[in-house]
Amino acid sequence: MTAARAAQSARPQLVIEQLTLRHGLLEAVRGVSLTVREGETIALVGANGAGKTTLLRGIAGAHRASAGTITFDGVDVTKLPGHRRVGMGIALVPEGRRLFANLTVEENLSVAIQRRRPGRWTIDSVIEAFPMLEPLRAQRAATLSGGEQQATAIGRALISNPRLLLLDELSLGLAPVAVEGVYSSLKSVIGEGSTVVLVDQDITRAATIADRVICMLEGRFVLEGARDELTREQITEAYFGLHRSAGAGT
Amino acid sequence: MTWVNDVIQGILLGGYYGIIACGLALMFGVMRIINLAHGDIAVLGAYLIYLLLEHWNVSPLIGLLPVLPVMLLLGYLLQRLVLQRSLRSGLLTPLLATFGLSIVIQNVLEQTFSPDVRSLGQDTGSLVTAAWKINSEISISALSTLIFGAAVLIFAGVQLFLSRTNAGRRMRATAEDPDTAELVGIDSRSVYAWATAVAVAIATVGGLALALRSSFFPYSGPDQLIFAFEAVVIGGLGSSLWGALLGGIVLGVAQTIGAQINPEYSILAGHIVFLVVLISPRGGLLTLRSARGARRALPTVTT
Repeated sequence: MTAARAAQSARPQLVIEQLTLRHGLLEAVRGVSLTVREGETIALVGANGAGKTTLLRGIAGAHRASAGTITFDGVDVTKLPGHRRVGMGIALVPEGRRLFANLTVEENLSVAIQRRRPGRWTIDSVIEAFPMLEPLRAQRAATLSGGEQQATAIGRALISNPRLLLLDELSLGLAPVAVEGVYSSLKSVIGEGSTVVLVDQDITRAATIADRVICMLEGRFVLEGARDELTREQITEAYFGLHRSAGAGT
Repeated sequence: MTWVNDVIQGILLGGYYGIIACGLALMFGVMRIINLAHGDIAVLGAYLIYLLLEHWNVSPLIGLLPVLPVMLLLGYLLQRLVLQRSLRSGLLTPLLATFGLSIVIQNVLEQTFSPDVRSLGQDTGSLVTAAWKINSEISISALSTLIFGAAVLIFAGVQLFLSRTNAGRRMRATAEDPDTAELVGIDSRSVYAWATAVAVAIATVGGLALALRSSFFPYSGPDQLIFAFEAVVIGGLGSSLWGALLGGIVLGVAQTIGAQINPEYSILAGHIVFLVVLISPRGGLLTLRSARGARRALPTVTT
């Protein structure tokens, strides 16, 4: 059985219903509904301003929902603050890494321990998974390269042993070799059964590791389907708003 | 030689200003709140110790011990019940909230204890008058030395807490980026509450120092706030933890030298140094980073 089929038969882990998220008067996410099954990897693609980052932040608890509900593992988390959601197993690697610049690499990892769930990820196992961080343990995050920062940010999210990992713009601002390194590490994480929702401008790369691809435009889902069912042309058309799939979720 | 004595007295006086400034710098560093009630909280602490001493005949230093946890709790509740709500409404609201709190504390103290001036110096026995006489012109007060030693211990303690404990690291992370701190599982509201609790407890030590070395009355708070604020600004406006102590020392030395020139110039000399630092391009003695960089920085801790 393929990973995609296994994911299809798994129970729903994240259920979003008619979710609306606003930036002031602007509706960044407009009544979207989505079901993510346990172990599934979803690539969320779309142009700048489509609402991808806002949606991820809404799931993680960094953005208050104006309407709709978010249910995780059967529990309504819509009104829970971000730190409580981390404790339940939702972790976000935010756009731009957002490391604590004045803290060392090890301190950046250790601050995430408070809500840590039982699991394999510890500071040492993260360093093991990202060997480039070993000599940088005592180095301030502000002095790291983009790839090192991204590895630290992913490690910081993994420390909580999440069941749902949200990854926002993994490759943004990284050298191609660093992107390669980050994605190859990611495959081992995904391979361990975590549920992943991934946002990336690099459609091809994101689609290669995803079971399902969802394209967003102006706060709505305009294309949704299994990776194998969608062509690059379909995704590109939806990305630029040239095509709106009749079968897409709202 | 008189000048040497002035500098020594100024440095020791700076210890008191450092203690008062420490809590203010901590709150500013973590939450970007300028607590206008900070001086009044210090005076409230002094009154609580005074109240204790009225019923039990103990040393003020012993009296501090039961008051500290009470003030810790008060600080925690102050943040949870008052300041946290005001934080949601921008920078001006916490300023107004603490200004209001300052007025409330002053009036409650006046109603409860009368406007009489009080001091706890006489309750410490010979500590207030004890001094080491180096020569005919240089004399070092035991009480001032004790207060300066307490200041160094407090700053070292806060530094160790911030750099060596998980709670301290979480506080530094929250000070840098509270939104991201939430995303890694840190309850920023709890961190803010503990930062305020620690700041209020340190202010209580400052209140005791004030009560021992000088006198206090219900409206002493605003003066202490000004000295604390000047020390924080001179030290680099929260960009360095130890800067607050250094700022206090500079303020103390300026005041004692000003007093040497003319007793009326004592406070004025401190204000002039404060203004000069405020308008200088560096904006503080230990301002190591740009204003943009310091915007979200807790007092820098070297690990």
